[in-house]
Amino acid sequence: MPKEILLGDEAVALGAVQAGLSGAYSYPGTPASEIMEYLIRVSDGGRAFHAAWSVNEKTAFEEALGCAFAGKRAFVSFKHVGLNVAADPFMSAALTGVQGGFIVCSADDPGMHSSQNEQDSRFYAQFAQIPCFEPADHQEAYDMTREAYDLSERLGLPVMVRMTTRLSHSRAGVETLPARPQNPHHRGAKECWTLLPSNARLRFKRVLELQAELVRYADASPFNRLALNPGDRRLGIIASGLGYNYVMENFPDETSRPSILKISTYPLPETKIRELVAHVDSVLVVEEGFPLIERLLRGLYGVPGKKILGKIDGALPLQGELTPETVRAAVGLPALARQSCEGFPLANRPPQLCVGCPHADTFKALKTALAGQPEAVIFSDIGCYTLGYFPPHNAVDTCVCMGASVGMAHGAADAGIHPAVGVIGDSTFGHSGMTALLSASAADARMVLVILDNGTVAMTGTQPSFATGQRLLEIVAGLGIAKEHVRVITPLPKFHEENTRVFREEIAHPGLSVVVAVRECLEEAKKKNKLGGAQ
Amino acid sequence: MSEMRKQDIILAGVGGQGILSIAFVIDSAALREGLSVKQAEVHGMAQRGGAVTSHLRLSRDRVWSDLIPRGEADLILSVEPLEALRYLDFLKPGGRVVTSSTPFINIPDYPDKAALLARIKAVPGSVIVDSETLAKQAGSSRAQNTVMLGAASRFLLPGEDGLRESIRLLFGKRGDKILEANLKAFEAGKQAAA
Ligand code: SF4
Repeated sequence: MPKEILLGDEAVALGAVQAGLSGAYSYPGTPASEIMEYLIRVSDGGRAFHAAWSVNEKTAFEEALGCAFAGKRAFVSFKHVGLNVAADPFMSAALTGVQGGFIVCSADDPGMHSSQNEQDSRFYAQFAQIPCFEPADHQEAYDMTREAYDLSERLGLPVMVRMTTRLSHSRAGVETLPARPQNPHHRGAKECWTLLPSNARLRFKRVLELQAELVRYADASPFNRLALNPGDRRLGIIASGLGYNYVMENFPDETSRPSILKISTYPLPETKIRELVAHVDSVLVVEEGFPLIERLLRGLYGVPGKKILGKIDGALPLQGELTPETVRAAVGLPALARQSCEGFPLANRPPQLCVGCPHADTFKALKTALAGQPEAVIFSDIGCYTLGYFPPHNAVDTCVCMGASVGMAHGAADAGIHPAVGVIGDSTFGHSGMTALLSASAADARMVLVILDNGTVAMTGTQPSFATGQRLLEIVAGLGIAKEHVRVITPLPKFHEENTRVFREEIAHPGLSVVVAVRECLEEAKKKNKLGGAQ
Repeated sequence: MSEMRKQDIILAGVGGQGILSIAFVIDSAALREGLSVKQAEVHGMAQRGGAVTSHLRLSRDRVWSDLIPRGEADLILSVEPLEALRYLDFLKPGGRVVTSSTPFINIPDYPDKAALLARIKAVPGSVIVDSETLAKQAGSSRAQNTVMLGAASRFLLPGEDGLRESIRLLFGKRGDKILEANLKAFEAGKQAAA
């Protein structure tokens, strides 16, 4: 079989395609964006299957669910916080079940390389009581995605594939299997899909009844591998995802390896876990993310006669990513000798806005307009512009989640903060800002919302924005903002004075204003030039 | 280098300096030689002018971890001198640094250049190359990454011809002029490090 060199994200995507995918949906977010980028690339302009960005993760999920309702194989992917946005349909999709196989791929970002928090999507799978696969490498990402479709169709349940940054963004070879065709249409029954209480109770009962079968599946699955070392009863290791790789990295020699249980599917393989625990005195749990396995194992009373090691007892750090080094220390091996740069001042190099970025000009004008008003607060949002937090801009006081700028500025204005300014990008506005602006508009909140319209989702690699240009202005007008308080500026140094004046006027207005700053992202412009040049 | 069973390389630079192009060239050459490859990359926020790194692991055996353990790296290959030092604790005793001497200054507290280069020279076997000048001479100031690849080429597990072939693969589709400049940049780097 030929090996393809793929990103972990691409391995999942290819697994889905070759499992007979019909429809894929997503919203950009690191580290998941490359999944949809790949799907769009290989979809042959939609002729092979449908692959498209959606306005947000909830919508993406529902679009995929509609596809699964039709009996087709569906796929939705996003970063971990995207699952928060999609949590509403996610929780209920366990009850509706699915006709065609349905995979929810959630990519966690432990260590917060490019995120506002750490989450562990496995807890969501546990919460919804659906199966979850956790690949440790590229081959597994491919194989498990295919397997997940089979399981999803066999049980009629959505299935999660959990990714993490390091696997999403690492490349390695993958052996592929022959592709299979898509499903024919086969629509869902209305008594399954209409979650009126009388139906929903039956559907929930079904989910509960499936749990025992899921555990049996996990015990039988070859992805959950138990390798006992008959000669060593001291330490046993339960490892999942990347944690497994770090364990193996530290025990390259098979003969000296402790007993290891690799966990790849949830709910957990209970019999295999009991077998391992019975074999050893101490159990170390190595898992990327929160201590899910460890907590289940430990319970409230612990395991009599056994020592459980892991994140809860401090053998491994609770925060951030696992590394080969932290795992090495946890298994009791000495640190490797290494060179050191101690004593030399290694200045940090944080990310920053591109030189000439339109956001910088908007921030400069806004800050000038706000000068002398120490009470002013700038509620920002998720995007490149969050980098306006750093000097020289110093133009960000908050960043919480997609769309929070609008609601928070509104709430703070209600609480008497003035000036209360929200700053949000065009795509983030389309994602989660519009509804909050409708709320602010109905209340005529005393705030200014600045929409940075650069025409793209810049931070994640210039994916298309849904609320940009003329459509954005029409949305704002449609949400009921008074025409004279919708102002459009061009953030360029030569318009600094003029833009500052616009901001001053709207800050002085005792109601809601929207200032739309329109200038294309430099990366987006570069991309268009390149495409233009190639034609 | 054919007696080596594995090689762990830290690629370093600043977002936008073309680290991933170097990674591609080494990777694809290694794959053609039948090696196992894992390559961890940085995407997302850090790519905006921040410090970026890529862990490149080549082996005749199975590669487990996507990350190189601290103390395992055989080589730090950097397109920027400060970034070369940032990952020094990944380098094994006897490991080597191959770096550009051209600072990329986009921060206010950038260290003194002479002190920086002196610290790099203190790593035994380190190679420092003026990639900026060499790239310009080769015909493309953007080819500093390829200059550095050339400078490191004699230390790399994949053979030189394979690296050249990968350069053709990568830059060939961007037109003859860019390909030509990169092939020249590769040779210039190689000679500067000889
Ligand atoms: S990618 Fe675009 S929006 Fe982001 S910093 Fe650069 S120019 Fe600004």
